[in-house]
Amino acid sequence: MQRLEQRDEVEMLALMLLIRRFEERASQQYQAQKIGGFCHLYIGQEAVVTGAVAAVREDDYIITAYRDHAHALARGTSANACMAELFGKATGCSRGLGGSMHFFDRQNHMYGGHAIVGAHVPLAAGMAFASRYRGEDRVTLCFFGDGAINQGSFHEALNLIALYNLPVVLICENNLFAMGTSVKRSTSLKQIVDRAEGYDIPGEIVDGMNFREVRDKLTEIVGSIRKDPHPAFVEIRTYRYRGHSMSDPASYRTKEELEKYRLDDPITRLRAQLTREGKLTNEQFDQRDKKAKETVIASVKFAESSPELPVEKVYDYVYFNGAVEAGVSPAKRQESAAAAAAATE
Amino acid sequence: MREITYRQALNEALAEELERDPNVFLMGEEVAEYHGAYKVSAGLLERFGPKRIIDTPISENGFAGLGIGAAMVGLRPIIEFMTFSFSLVAFDQVVNNAPNMFMMSGGQFNIPITFRGPNGPAHQLGATHSHATENLFASVPGLKVCTPATPRDAKGLLKAAVRDDNPVLVLEAELLYSSKGMVEPPDEELLIPLGQAEVKREGSDVSIICYAQTVPLALAVAAQLEEEDISAEIVDLRSIKPLDEQAVFNSIAKTHRAVIVEQDRAFCGVGAEICYRIQKNIFDALDAPILRVSQEDVPIPYNERLEKFVLPNADKLMAGVKKVCYA
Repeated sequence: MQRLEQRDEVEMLALMLLIRRFEERASQQYQAQKIGGFCHLYIGQEAVVTGAVAAVREDDYIITAYRDHAHALARGTSANACMAELFGKATGCSRGLGGSMHFFDRQNHMYGGHAIVGAHVPLAAGMAFASRYRGEDRVTLCFFGDGAINQGSFHEALNLIALYNLPVVLICENNLFAMGTSVKRSTSLKQIVDRAEGYDIPGEIVDGMNFREVRDKLTEIVGSIRKDPHPAFVEIRTYRYRGHSMSDPASYRTKEELEKYRLDDPITRLRAQLTREGKLTNEQFDQRDKKAKETVIASVKFAESSPELPVEKVYDYVYFNGAVEAGVSPAKRQESAAAAAAATE
Repeated sequence: MREITYRQALNEALAEELERDPNVFLMGEEVAEYHGAYKVSAGLLERFGPKRIIDTPISENGFAGLGIGAAMVGLRPIIEFMTFSFSLVAFDQVVNNAPNMFMMSGGQFNIPITFRGPNGPAHQLGATHSHATENLFASVPGLKVCTPATPRDAKGLLKAAVRDDNPVLVLEAELLYSSKGMVEPPDEELLIPLGQAEVKREGSDVSIICYAQTVPLALAVAAQLEEEDISAEIVDLRSIKPLDEQAVFNSIAKTHRAVIVEQDRAFCGVGAEICYRIQKNIFDALDAPILRVSQEDVPIPYNERLEKFVLPNADKLMAGVKKVCYA
């Protein structure tokens, strides 16, 4: 398995920094009441999605739950489009119609942003079903939290995925808490990965605070799926530093526990690895961090100065009547229809 | 034109759309090897193969969601519910995912999916298996709901549903699968636009607004009324959403009286919406209050006599028509 170049690891570190700075700024803007609704931050979990996207192609499908800002950023959605979405602006990745929990970016193959726990796992099955139907070698990455694994739709989808042998990597971002309920209080299993065994899906446990481990494990799994379509399950153990959402002070866990994980910070860890190996200087790190901060500050300005959709536009987003939307490429649709036709003949 | 059954008409629609578009596939419980619980998909597995006619486990929520995911990336799934009573298990997917995606994604993802299967009370199936679901689904923005009553409408509406770029529910009438009617020959393309009602019988004294299983009921009652010199016009809505209110207004402008006969319950129902629109738009055309004949507001009992009492029936409709005609 070919390892990513050193340059790429520094890029991925920069992406983790962008995610963290974005989330910190989102938190601040939420407190300033510039952002409405719910807002769930990804801080602490950066290595999971960054490691995962480092393992796939640009045209592989990615779908996740409501803690989704990072997944869009990791997929290449601009900080501007993400921040504008939080601000409810027309320049947002979902035109300000989805909000924090519903980030979509068709061009970058980011399929949401789904806020009903577990309800997107069947969608992932459908996306992978479509890849198989067309004879494509695309892989679907389906992210969900530890809270999703006790939902009926999750179980129905896992059975369908295994039964039809679909090319999905089921990625459980186990951050130990479903809202305020710890895994110990929600789940009958000793370890979450055992859920996969019940459906004959191979499963592994991965350290989600270690970018390299996530990337390497996912690279291996994705490579094997690409060769011979099949499902896989990874329980990626991680930790969110903030509460479940902005309104949660997280009083259900101890300061000591939080400190323990902070010491194992995924950004600090990758930085130390790269520095030790002489691949990154302190100046280079600071430069990257400065750039991330600037990008995020600029995104706030962009969001603030962006327009909202006019109210009468709401009626345009109920039924699709063949109008071409930004990001919806009719050419792409025709292409896929042609591919399906070829596969059927 | 030739005479075929409602079941056969649906089968033809499926076959024609599968033939026309390789992105179309049929998925559901028992649709392939068993040929469908109501035999609607007979012969399709043999003709189109297991890649496109797909049996599922009993997991409505799972396979409804699978269909929506496949639609997000360009396929055009037809998802069969063995009955729409079972669609309630998949309510989250049908109500939360399929119709919301377009708005939530800012217009990036429309969901071209057809959910189809028998709907409405059949005969002595008890409360869990007797749901009419049109009221529930018609109240959801982003969904389209059609309710064919004849073989011709069943074929034309199902084909239109498959070609629609939005989630469409084809609520087939469980009791009408074996009913017969005239349909264009297979070499003639039959598409019936969603949201277009049809006058099934012309009349001058009273409009009976009906759909699905209440259409044959209304036609039978109209024949009886004829003998008593009451001329009833039968307006078959065919689609609940979009609703062809103009067809309703046109009929009432002529007859000045209306009875709405619905297979679902009255409370928060289709008939309530139609009454509202009539009084709002053509209040002056009415010579009598509008009357509704619906299910009683109770879970459906198994006992045959009680079930008949609960459902809309000929006696109730006849009495309703006479009342609005002051006859």
